[in-house]
Amino acid sequence: MRGLRWKIAGHASALVATVLLGGLLSATLVRLAPGFDADERELDPHLSAESVQALRDARHKSHNVFRFYLSYMKRAMTGDLGTSLALGQPVRTLLRDRAPLTLRLLAIGLALAWLLTLTLALSAARLRLSVYDTLTTAVSGTFLCIPAAVLALLSVLWNAPGALAIALIVFPHTYRYARNLLVKAYSRPHIITARAKGLGEARILFWHVVPVVTPQLLAVAGVSVSMAVGAAIPVEALCGLAGIGQLAWQAALARDLPLLVNITVLVTLVTLLANSSADVIGHVVRGQEV
Amino acid sequence: MRRHKRGFEQMTNTCGKAIAVAMLCLGFLLGHALAQGGGELRFCLRTEPKTFDPLKVEDDASAAIRYLTGGVLVRVNRQTQGLEPGLAVSWKVSKDGRQISFRLRSGVLFSDGTPFSAEDVAYTVQQLMDPALHSPTGDAFRSGVGNVETNVISPTQIAITFPAQVAGLDRLFDQVAILSGRSSKKEMAVLGPFTVADYKPGASVLLKRNPNYWKTDEQGRKLPYLDSIRLDIQPNRDVELLRFKRGELDLINSLDSEYFDKLAATSPQLVHDAGASLDSEQLWFNEVAKSPIPAYKKNWFRSANFRRAISEAINRDDLSRVVFHGHAQPAVGPFSPANKFWFNSKLGPQPYSSDAALKALQDEGFRMENGTLKDKDGNEVVFSIITNSGNKYRERMAVLIQDDLQKIGIHVNVVTLDFPSLIERMTQTFDYEAIILGLTNVDLDPNGEMNVWLSSSENHQWNPQQKAPETAWEAEIDRLMRAQASSSDPKKRKEAFDRVQEIVVEQEPFIFLINKNALSAVSAAVRGAAPVILSPQTFWNAERLTVAAK
Amino acid sequence: MSLWQKLACVILTLVLCGSVAANWLAPAGYAKQYREATDAPPSRAHWLGTDEMGRDRFARVLYGTRISLLLAPAAALLSTLMAALIGGLAGYWGGIWARMAMAVTDLFLSLPWLFLLITARALMPLNVSPLVSVMVTFMLLGLLGWTTAARVLCTTAASLLGSDFVRQARAAGLPGQRLFWIHVVPNLKPVLYAQFWISIPVFILSEANLGILGLGVAEPMPSWGSLLKELEGLVSIGEEPWKFVPLILLVVVVTSFQVLLSKQEEMAA
Repeated sequence: MRGLRWKIAGHASALVATVLLGGLLSATLVRLAPGFDADERELDPHLSAESVQALRDARHKSHNVFRFYLSYMKRAMTGDLGTSLALGQPVRTLLRDRAPLTLRLLAIGLALAWLLTLTLALSAARLRLSVYDTLTTAVSGTFLCIPAAVLALLSVLWNAPGALAIALIVFPHTYRYARNLLVKAYSRPHIITARAKGLGEARILFWHVVPVVTPQLLAVAGVSVSMAVGAAIPVEALCGLAGIGQLAWQAALARDLPLLVNITVLVTLVTLLANSSADVIGHVVRGQEV
Repeated sequence: MRRHKRGFEQMTNTCGKAIAVAMLCLGFLLGHALAQGGGELRFCLRTEPKTFDPLKVEDDASAAIRYLTGGVLVRVNRQTQGLEPGLAVSWKVSKDGRQISFRLRSGVLFSDGTPFSAEDVAYTVQQLMDPALHSPTGDAFRSGVGNVETNVISPTQIAITFPAQVAGLDRLFDQVAILSGRSSKKEMAVLGPFTVADYKPGASVLLKRNPNYWKTDEQGRKLPYLDSIRLDIQPNRDVELLRFKRGELDLINSLDSEYFDKLAATSPQLVHDAGASLDSEQLWFNEVAKSPIPAYKKNWFRSANFRRAISEAINRDDLSRVVFHGHAQPAVGPFSPANKFWFNSKLGPQPYSSDAALKALQDEGFRMENGTLKDKDGNEVVFSIITNSGNKYRERMAVLIQDDLQKIGIHVNVVTLDFPSLIERMTQTFDYEAIILGLTNVDLDPNGEMNVWLSSSENHQWNPQQKAPETAWEAEIDRLMRAQASSSDPKKRKEAFDRVQEIVVEQEPFIFLINKNALSAVSAAVRGAAPVILSPQTFWNAERLTVAAK
Repeated sequence: MSLWQKLACVILTLVLCGSVAANWLAPAGYAKQYREATDAPPSRAHWLGTDEMGRDRFARVLYGTRISLLLAPAAALLSTLMAALIGGLAGYWGGIWARMAMAVTDLFLSLPWLFLLITARALMPLNVSPLVSVMVTFMLLGLLGWTTAARVLCTTAASLLGSDFVRQARAAGLPGQRLFWIHVVPNLKPVLYAQFWISIPVFILSEANLGILGLGVAEPMPSWGSLLKELEGLVSIGEEPWKFVPLILLVVVVTSFQVLLSKQEEMAA
C-alpha cells in the first residue's frame, strides 16, 4: 500500500513537473518568436511618440522569460493567473467563463468521433469486404482531406453543432489506426481457432479482441484528445463559440504571453491526464505493473 | 323598479368609465409602441471590444460601441461631413486656436439619471488629457507641452484652453464621449442613444435604448426608435455573409467586394456602394539607412526615379477591376477624392505604362538582360513585398504587382506574414524591402496624419524617426505640415496641404494604389438606413433606424 | 492485384503523368493572368475555369500536383520514421525511458509550435526561392508530425514485449537489436501505415495553413493546399462546383494510395 502511494506520488510529481515545464517552454517559444515586442496599436497615427514608447515599455516587463515565469508561478499559487494583454481582463475569469463550453464541445465531439470510428472500424475489420473497406476508406479519406475551417463553415451552413465538426475532424485520424489494429487483432491465430470452435462473435469480440487492442486504442484515444483540442480552435472561431480555442487563437495573434502560458499549461494538463489515464488503464488491462 | 333602473345606470356608468380608462391605456400603449418599438438591430463586430471606457478606445469594435453609447458635444454628420450640435448647442473656437467654449444643453440626464453639466465635461477633459492615459483620442489633442485648463463658467458653459493651437479643434470632440464625474457606474453611465445592457465575452454585446437620451425627432418623439442593438462577435466574413443571407443579421457594415457582386446578383436592393472611401492601400520601399538590407537595394529604394518607375509599371485599373471587382478607384495621391475639401483636385491620375517605366529605369542605369532587369553594377533587380496574411485583397494586389513588374524584368517575391512579425520588421528591425499596407479610418483633417508626414515621427513609415530630415522634400513636407497645423485659416491650411500632396506624388515615398469603395449590405427590414463613406457607414444614424417585425 | 488496386494504380499513374506533362497539357503555365477572365467558369479555353486572378485552374492543379505529391509523402515518411524510432524504441526499452519519451511526446503535443514556425520563417531570408521555402515547410511538418503515432507505437511495442513469441525469442538468446528489428518492428507496421497514410493529406492542408506565417508555397506557385483554401469561401462557391475539383482529386489520390497500401497492411496484419 505504501509502495503504491509512493508510486502515485511519483507519477503525480512527474505530471506536475511536465506541466510546469510545458508552461516555461511555451513562454520561451512565444518570447523568442518575432513579433513579441510588436503591437499593432503603434501604427495608429494619432498616438504620440510618448504613447508609442509607453506601449513598448509595457511589453518590456515580460522580456525576461524566467523572471516572468517565476513571478507567474508565485501569483498562480494564490489563484492570480495574470491579466490578458490583448483583452485587458483577468486570465482566470477568461478561462473560467470559457472552459465549460470548450469542455462540452470536446466531450461531445470526441464521443461522436469514437462512435463513428468504432462502428466503421469494427465493421470493416469484421466484414473484410474489399468494397466496404474501400468505401469506408474513401469516407474517412474525404473528411481527412477537407480543411478544418471548411468543416467548421459547413457546420455553420447546415446549422449543425460545432461538436459535429470536431467529430468529423478527429474521426478520420482515429479511424485508420483503429481499423488497422482491429484487422490485425482479428487475424490472430487464436481468433481463427475460436471461430473454428464455434465461439460466438460477441464473445470473440469482448473476450479475445478487445483485451488485445484496448491498450493501443486507449493510446489513440489519449492522442485524440489533443487532436480535438487543436480542432477546437478553427471550429470555435468560425462557429462563433466563445471557448478556449477562440481565446487561444486571439492570444497567438496578439502574442499575449500571460494568456498563452496559461492556455498551454491547461492543454498540457489535459493532454497528460488523458494520455496518462490511457497508459494506466492499458497497463491494468495488460496485467502489467503501472 | 326604480332601484333596478338606478342600479343598471350605475353599472353602465361604471362600465363606461372602465372602458374609457381601458381605451386610454390602450391608446397610450399603442402610441408608445408606435413611437418606440423600433425592433432590434443585429450586426457583427469583427473583433472583441477591448474596452467600454470611451477614453481608452483603440480598436474598431470599441469605437463602434462608443459611437452608439457615447454622448458627444459636437457630432460630425457622416452624410454631410459637416459639424452639428450634440450636447453642446453652440461653440466657439478662439482666433489663436487654443481655446474652445461650449454652451451646453440643459436638463440632460445620464442613463442612470445623474444630471449632466459642465462639470462632467471638465472631468472628461481632465481624464482625457492625463499623460498616463496614452490613448489615440487624447493624443489627438496634444499640441504642445503644458496642462489643459478647464473653466466651468456655469452649469451650461465651459471653456477649455490648450497649451498650444490644435488644428481642427472642434471636430476632434466628435470622438470624445462625455463621462459622468459623479455617477457610481463610471463609464457605464452614458449620454448616447444606447447603453450596454449585456456583454458575453467572445460572443456578443447587447445595447438597449437609453431611456434618458436627450434627443427627439422633428415630431417630438423620443429617440432612438430601436429597442436594442445586438452586436455579435464574428471575425469570419463568410459566416457573416451567410448569417445575413439567412436573415440573422440586419446589416454588414463593411462588405467585401466579391460578396457585394454575389449578393447584388440575387438581391440588388440590399447592397450599397457609397463610392470611394477615405481608405487607401499603398506600397512603399524601405528607405531606412540603418536597415539590414543590401546597400545596392537601399540605393534603388532611395531613388525617386526608381520609385516613380515602379509606380508607373503598376496597373492600378487592373488592381481596382481584378482585386476589388471594380469597387475601388485608382488612387491619385495621399488623400482620396472623397475627402472633398482636402483633396488636391489638381492632381491627375497616376500614369500606367510598362514601356515608359522601363525607359525611366534605363535612364537610371538599369538594363535588361535575358528578360531580367539589372542595375548598373550588374545586380539583378529582385526584391520582396511583404504584407499581412489574412487580408486577401492585399495578397492579391501583391500578386498582380508581381506580374506587372515581371513584365519589366523585375522579380518580386511575395511574402505574407502574421501581423506582429510584419510590424516588428516595419518598426523595429527594419528588415524588409517593400510593404503593402493600408490606411483605414482616415480622418478628414490632415492633422490626424501628422505622425505620418513628419520625418521625426514613429509613423513616417518609409524612414521613421529621422533626427533631421534626410531629404530636402521631407524637410519641405515637415515645414508645410507644421504650417497648416499652426494656422486657423482653412484656406491657408489647404494651400499648405495641397503642396504636401503634390510633393508626395512627385517623390512617391508611398506608392498609392487604390481607394476602396465603401460597400455595405442592409436588409430590407431596416428602415432609414443611408450608407455613407465615413465610418460607421451603415449605422451612423442608428438612433433613427427601425427594424420591421419579421 | 484486386480490381480496386488496379483501378488505384491507373488513377495514380494518370495523376502522375498529368503532373509530369503539365508543361504540354497546360502550356500557358500556372502564373499567367487572364485579367479579362477572372473567376470564370469552365470553358474550352479553361477546363476548370480561372481563379480570382484569372489564372487557369486546371494548370494550377497540374503544377500543384508536383509539389504536393512529391513533398507531402516525403514529409509523411520522415514523420513516420521518427515515430517508429522514438515510439518504438521507447516502448521496447520500457521503464523510465518509455516514461520520459512519452512525457516529451505529450509536451510536443501541447506546445504552441506556431511560434517555432514563425521563428523559422524569420530565420529564412525574405527572398528565399519558393522551392526552398516549401521544402523547409514540409521538413518542419515532418519533424513535428510524429507525436500521434509515437504514442500508439510505444504502447504497441510495450504490448509486444509480453507476447509469447517475443518471450520465446528472448529465451532462445536472440540479441536485443535483432529482436527489435525482426520481431517488434514488423508488428508495428499497421500503425506505421496508418500514420503514413493520414499524414499525407494532413501535411498538404497544413502547408496551406502555414502560408499565413510566410511559409509554404510562395505565390504564384500553386499547391493543392493553396487550391483547397478556395473552399473557405464556401458560402459563395455553392454555385461553383468546379472549385471542388482539387478536393475530389486529393480524396481520390489519397484513397488510391490507401487501396494500394492495403495489400501491405493485410500482410502486416
